[in-house]
Amino acid sequence: MAVITDAICSLCGSLCDDITVTVEDNVITDVERACILGRNKFVGMFLHDRIESPMIRKNGELVDVSYEEAIDEAAKILVNSKRTLSYGWCSTSCEAISKAIQLAEETGSLIDSTANVCHGPSALAVQEKGGPSATLGAVKNRADVVIFWGCNPAHAHPRHMSRYSSFSKGFFTQKGRKDRKMIVIDVRKTDTAKLADTYVEIDQGSDYLLVTALRSAINGHEDVIPDTVAGVSKEDVLELANVLKEAKYTCVFYGMGVTQSRSKYKNGDGVSSLISDINQHSKAVMIGMRGHYNVTGFGQVATWETGFPMAIDFTRGAPYYNPGETGANDVLTRGDVDAAIISAADPGAHFPQDSLKYLAKIPVIQIDPYANPTTELSDVVFPAAVVGVEAEGTAYRMDGISLRMKKLIDTKFKTDEEIAVDLINKVRELKGGA
Amino acid sequence: MKLEANLISGRTAYQGAYLEAKTHKEYFDACSYCELNSSDLAKLGVSEGDNLSVTTEFGDVSVFAKANDGNPDGLAFIPMGPWANAVLSPDTHGCGMPGFKGVPAQIEKTGEAPLEMKVLMRRYYE
Repeated sequence: MAVITDAICSLCGSLCDDITVTVEDNVITDVERACILGRNKFVGMFLHDRIESPMIRKNGELVDVSYEEAIDEAAKILVNSKRTLSYGWCSTSCEAISKAIQLAEETGSLIDSTANVCHGPSALAVQEKGGPSATLGAVKNRADVVIFWGCNPAHAHPRHMSRYSSFSKGFFTQKGRKDRKMIVIDVRKTDTAKLADTYVEIDQGSDYLLVTALRSAINGHEDVIPDTVAGVSKEDVLELANVLKEAKYTCVFYGMGVTQSRSKYKNGDGVSSLISDINQHSKAVMIGMRGHYNVTGFGQVATWETGFPMAIDFTRGAPYYNPGETGANDVLTRGDVDAAIISAADPGAHFPQDSLKYLAKIPVIQIDPYANPTTELSDVVFPAAVVGVEAEGTAYRMDGISLRMKKLIDTKFKTDEEIAVDLINKVRELKGGA
Repeated sequence: MKLEANLISGRTAYQGAYLEAKTHKEYFDACSYCELNSSDLAKLGVSEGDNLSVTTEFGDVSVFAKANDGNPDGLAFIPMGPWANAVLSPDTHGCGMPGFKGVPAQIEKTGEAPLEMKVLMRRYYE
């Protein structure tokens, strides 16, 4: 029996790095300190529907084939495609992401991450206005006002509040929750909202209006604020603005309520501007609540390798970026790709129906440890090791801090990185060494 | 009775807990429901666990009814997943992000039970 301490949980963007894992006969039998999401990832993995063998769809059914046959078939799909969509690569290591980008470049593909359906608009907002950010450590030690805007960490990032934000005790926040004011802005009273000092319920899709009203108040233009904005009374807007002005250190954590609602990236753009306004009076930062544990890493690796964080099109031979045109859902709904390779993400579960109808029409290659809705739409399937459990690698936490994930148990499965390298080599062979 | 609702989707702890077990019944149970507040459920004449039909301009889906009194009137929530995505908006408004929140939906009682994941996915081949 081995007890591994300080293991990293590779589930959500919180990347908790204090997990203790007990391994007996190469099976994880106990996990300490993980939340329900992390626990199910570590212990549940022995109960889940593991893809055991490479498969190719023949006469409508996925049948087991050899690894070599699957690599052959997948490489043929990539070589024969005029424009492949390479999607996902977010529940995997930065090393795998780097190889995925190389494969996309070799095959003239378009590569996009799960940010397309998550914090993609935040990347656009940051490009427009900047992202005044901080590490979670700084927030833990300094923030006396914590705002959760359009996010629900009680469910999506269950240990966030105890490790990094509301309840955590830091250098200037030694009383933890008592030293912090917790504000939740949302469209429904979530389990996170129930823990807040102040819950601000807004009309769905009106985040931008509230941001604008808060900016007006902080910049001394109270007179332009109507009696009610976004379903919130002027009085409450002014009170909230006052809290922000008088705070020592505010962190706005924002989620899909901001990025997916009407106005999309303009909401994040507005929050960024609001942070800038607050910083004329006090100190404030913003951090996106990232979902997949290494979606932040995809943005990092893609940016240093191509100049862009997502939605990168290599069709022209050089990286081209224009989300809205080159986003995964844009090209699928337009029918603008003729094959797809999907790894470490599940568009089958998380893309709207029109995108899936198109995925069903084109050849799809899947690389994943587990059978999922994407498997149902796939034509070539590779089983993969669970990175962060069965393979080591680097991942980036939601605040852009890189952490090294340990290998906890052995596996017979290849990693996403190894499969990507095998595909690159086979593609080169088929292209005659090009 | 049809309820005109505003549909949003999002994460839940149980959706996340079974994220890597999507062929299991626990994932089906965690994602194939629609939350409305008790007053909206009463308007539709349904109790928790009854079947609801959710229709938008993009599709229709059957889900279980669930009560959540944290929802304001007319706000419907389906956990992110295949059932929500059967009816959410594919329109990215030119910025890459589909419409996962704020989709007008008509909700009513139905006799049809939610489809199991694989059956639901097979509809995309039709």
